[in-house]
Amino acid sequence: MATMIEWLRDPSPASRTQARLGQSYLAWLRMRRNPLAMVGLVIILALLFMAAFAPWVATHDPLAQNLSQRLLPPGTPGHWLGTDDFGRDIWSRIVYGSRITLYIVTLVAVTAPVLGLLIGTVAGYFGGWVDQVLMRITDIFLAFPRLILALALVAVLGPGIENAVLAIALTAWPPYARVARAETLTVRTSDYIAAVRLQGAGAGRIIWGHVMPMCLPSVIIRVTLDMAGVILIAAGLGFLGLGVQPPTPEWGLMISSGRKFLFEQWWVATMPGLAIFIVSLGFNLLGDGLRDVLDPRSSGK
Amino acid sequence: MALIEVENLSVHYGTKEKLVRAVEGVSLSLDARESYGLVGESGSGKSTILRAICGLAPITAGQIRIDGQPVPTPRGRAFSRRVQMVFQDPYASLHPRHTLDRTLSEPLAIHGIGDTDARVVKALQDVGLPANFRFRYPHQLSGGQRQRVAIARALMLEPEILLLDEPTSALDASVQAETLNLLNRLRSERGLTFLMVSHDLAVIDHMCDRVLVMQHGRAVEELTRDQLASATMTTDYARTLFEASADRMLGA
Repeated sequence: MATMIEWLRDPSPASRTQARLGQSYLAWLRMRRNPLAMVGLVIILALLFMAAFAPWVATHDPLAQNLSQRLLPPGTPGHWLGTDDFGRDIWSRIVYGSRITLYIVTLVAVTAPVLGLLIGTVAGYFGGWVDQVLMRITDIFLAFPRLILALALVAVLGPGIENAVLAIALTAWPPYARVARAETLTVRTSDYIAAVRLQGAGAGRIIWGHVMPMCLPSVIIRVTLDMAGVILIAAGLGFLGLGVQPPTPEWGLMISSGRKFLFEQWWVATMPGLAIFIVSLGFNLLGDGLRDVLDPRSSGK
Repeated sequence: MALIEVENLSVHYGTKEKLVRAVEGVSLSLDARESYGLVGESGSGKSTILRAICGLAPITAGQIRIDGQPVPTPRGRAFSRRVQMVFQDPYASLHPRHTLDRTLSEPLAIHGIGDTDARVVKALQDVGLPANFRFRYPHQLSGGQRQRVAIARALMLEPEILLLDEPTSALDASVQAETLNLLNRLRSERGLTFLMVSHDLAVIDHMCDRVLVMQHGRAVEELTRDQLASATMTTDYARTLFEASADRMLGA
């Protein structure tokens, strides 16, 4: 272990991989100094664990109905978060629901930021009419309230988890484009870009290899901060019946079905609500921590 | 025939209402293997001439010729193999997220030159950096080391012309001398042609055979090293500039 750390901290690494791992290790050390970010990380790791090992973490089949045991309050032996109106165990449904939440979050995280990063860096690097056209398109998308645009898209495409992801991704990319463009504008006039241009590099190589690495940290930070919003929109679509369809255990959908019993059996809606709250909080804390770790302005030295 | 000829070069920025005349009708010519200096106060347009030569500033009027051929726009790959530039600020001219290895191998990748490993190691050695610096990031280096990397990068494509934009002004005095000596050594080893910008006549005196004094975007006077040494300048401005750095020149 000690030699491993020695190897990571070597100021003169012997290979590309060692240099990269060494930088990651330093970033991890910076991150570890921030207790709130570690709380966020633990929450997200717990979510990942829950999703990966759902059959073992859950106590019941999330779809198994048992009408004789419906609407049991939390703390009931065997159903420690209670049961819903079909007698399904709420804890198990939350555990399985984490898979759907993660699925949505991951799909959005690999589509929207990539699209936004591409559009933003291209617009920022070329400037002129390319910038004008791309940014006006971005403005049009930004002008719609996100949930309303997602609703309209789902209404056109039909309800379902893939369409919900598509709708969320299509409404989520413009802020990334804006962030990436702003970052590109500060980078494109720098000497190191002038130097690589002087070496005869084409626009593709400069944008991909030299501009994007500078935009990536702010985009990654935004992604983690936006994840909470994505979960909420996915839950909102589920709540409105336009996302995931019953009986799939999706958190928004669970809140929606608990609405009918909100005053007498509060736990049916509250438990999945708490799950959304905790996971959103986790992503937000992690995002704030990553800002300190990845922001080139704070990690320059 | 002169290697670089700049004829009546003008560089203007901005719109009609607010025009900045950065360079106005400047001519100069360099022979191969010569070292030529551009000197003047801040904003006298000396850096702009370098940037115009390598296509980073627009040519409003006049012509730039290399080997008798007008430079193409955009400059193209053939140009980048002949002419490279070292920038003023080594803190800004290296990509902060690329290792030295990446920075130095990038020009090879662009031009499809193989044998990357050996060339990168050799480039580091040539500028006096140990080979185990190869996978460091710029923030792990001092200013002088960074400028050595920038010089190594400019030499990766084995150009014959090196444009030096105040290569030592961001460094402290002792490192400055080291870097200048390194440049002088590389020039004699490789037969490079230098076009060097500085605001410091002492640096120019140490480095250059001839020097053009500039003020407000115009050429004031061209001096040879002998004229500089004997202080036989004809214009008042050149004399003022000389007097400001004379004591350090005699010491050098």
